[in-house]
Amino acid sequence: MSTVTNTTEGTVPKKKSSRKLFKYNPNRVAHTLDQLGLGYFSPIARLIGGDEPRKQFREITSNTFLPMLAFAIFIGIWGICAQFVVSDSTRIPSPAQTWTAWQGMVDFAEAEKLKEAEYYESNEERAIKMETKAKTAEEAGQLDKVERYNGMAEKFRTKVYQGATTFFDQIGISLITVAVGFLAATLLGVPIGILCGISKKVNVALNPIIQLFKPVSPLAWFPIVFVFTTWGIEQPESTSIWQRALWTSAGVVTLCSIWPTLINTAVGVASVDKDHLNVAKVLKLGWFKRIWKIILPSSLPLIFTGLRLSIGVGWMVLVASDMMAQNQGLGKFVWDMYQNGDTQSTAQIIIAVFFIGAIGFLLDRVMLVCQRLVTFEEQTI
Amino acid sequence: MSAYFETFKLGKTYKTPKGDAVIVKNFNLKMKKGEFVCVIGHSGCGKSTVLSMVAGLNEITDGGVILDGSEINGAAPDRGVVFQSPCLLPWMSAWDNVMLGVKQVYYHASNHERKQIVEYYLTVVGLSGSFNKRPDELSGGMRQRVGLARAFALSPKMLLLDEPFGMLDKLTKFELQKVLLDLWNRERLTAMMITHDVDEAIYLADRVIMMTNGPAAGVGDILEINLPRPRNRQEIMSQEQYYDYRQFLLNFLQERADEGKEERSAA
Ligand SMILES: Nc1ncnc2c1ncn2[C@@H]1O[C@H](COP(=O)(O)OP(=O)(O)OP(=O)(O)O)[C@@H](O)[C@H]1O
Ligand SMILES: [Mg+2]
Repeated sequence: MSTVTNTTEGTVPKKKSSRKLFKYNPNRVAHTLDQLGLGYFSPIARLIGGDEPRKQFREITSNTFLPMLAFAIFIGIWGICAQFVVSDSTRIPSPAQTWTAWQGMVDFAEAEKLKEAEYYESNEERAIKMETKAKTAEEAGQLDKVERYNGMAEKFRTKVYQGATTFFDQIGISLITVAVGFLAATLLGVPIGILCGISKKVNVALNPIIQLFKPVSPLAWFPIVFVFTTWGIEQPESTSIWQRALWTSAGVVTLCSIWPTLINTAVGVASVDKDHLNVAKVLKLGWFKRIWKIILPSSLPLIFTGLRLSIGVGWMVLVASDMMAQNQGLGKFVWDMYQNGDTQSTAQIIIAVFFIGAIGFLLDRVMLVCQRLVTFEEQTI
Repeated sequence: MSAYFETFKLGKTYKTPKGDAVIVKNFNLKMKKGEFVCVIGHSGCGKSTVLSMVAGLNEITDGGVILDGSEINGAAPDRGVVFQSPCLLPWMSAWDNVMLGVKQVYYHASNHERKQIVEYYLTVVGLSGSFNKRPDELSGGMRQRVGLARAFALSPKMLLLDEPFGMLDKLTKFELQKVLLDLWNRERLTAMMITHDVDEAIYLADRVIMMTNGPAAGVGDILEINLPRPRNRQEIMSQEQYYDYRQFLLNFLQERADEGKEERSAA
């Protein structure tokens, strides 16, 4: 009896408050957070809304406590390894040493930034000096000198700083490389996938090639892509970021990451709802409209599944292809540190590993959000 | 006088591993312009097959279909189709779903005219507040309203409906039958509708076509519904005739059901 009255009492105020326009709806916020792949925060959102606080507390503590516990155990095992895994030339750095190395990297990057700023500042000063000299020369009527001074001022202004690349620069280069490779994979993979999905003949024709090249490692692709880029791309100035090595590395990323996009697009296009195709038939849509209005939107969820897998693969092979191509990215960083061979360098490699993992995770989350945005609720009737 | 719509010896044979399966055979039907015909029959006898052949979505294997003096060949927007599930494109709003077809049919019209057409039909089916809602935000009944608007907005020569209200609850069904009848009263499109609901058939149709049991189903019997139009549900239900029609159709369906049972127990 008491439960019955309880439930009715519980629903009455709810109905009233739902009339308010901007009401904090914990379930909705939590759902949105889940959708964004931030499910970790959804109990917190529910807690703010006062939704079963006890349960939310339990969830938050277990969500926070358990991963922290696991991470602590991981650090412990790492520490033990650092004690025992020791060779003549190198050893596994301890977590503390790694932390110090990280701080060193940050300091170095900051110092480098400072140096760069100073460099430009002093060049600017010199340029201004030259310009004043040019002016005095002009007043004196020495025209040939005016030209020379102005030329020198121009030179100082356009000089580009050529300091050491920092770890963070290299992350930037890596992201650019993977973006180029992934973009190319998308621009090739989606149209070819659509063709495969629409036409059985194209699918039959291309299937062996796809199956054959899908499992090939980036290390095997590298020499072949290298030939192509050496043949097709002129080496730019050393200050440009669009080095041949970047194109080579991006090409390897494309070749390794194109397959999930291509295959998922083909499957998505081939499995478009027959009812939706009937709509196209009844309306006698032309082939372009049929693809653009019916087939593409309907296969977008699967295309994005493919893209998400592709970017994962692309990021994973990037380090290897950067290493091979000597592209100024994270792979090069790892390679250089490996060549140094001391414990300090190994610590920096461990930092790089954490960054590679974190960035990969972020890229995946971004794609997950995109994927959820294009996935429409299927109609049930 | 030649008919506006005619099927002659329309037939469908599927090639199966066990040999040819003749689903529909010698389906002959003539319709006047602006006539509303309902088709009833035992489940699985081939009603949908006939309708989808007329729509051009299913290949015709025997005979042919003539609409407005020319033989049909494949699907085209001169035959608007409404299925049991509305088949709206889930990534488009109600407005865009209707507009897609309107753009295709009224390619010579101005944007403004097209907008007026879409707005008119969506309003007439009672969706004036929901133009921009996507199908997943609409109830089943509302989706089917969009389906009706989409079909009527094409101004087709013929309207083909395959159990359009079969999945709706009784109240929604009544509402939508009225929406359909009102629209039809304005435009008097030639319409063929499949239904399992005897009351629906009497309420809407000029004639009810009763199909024989499959295999090789055809037209069994035809019942003329001589109720005055425009019809009002309460009014026609107060007439004695209504119950005669109802009894006749129910008897027909019962007989087909018994036949089906006998066949199954014989086999
Ligand atoms: N591709 C096919 N190959 C063989 N037989 C088929 C095929 N498609 C449909 N059939 C058969 O055709 C028959 C008629 O199907 P149809 O959908 O037209 O029936 P229906 O009268 O609309 O039934 P319902 O009232 O249940 O909708 C069915 O018995 C079905 O098994
Ligand atoms: Mg059917």
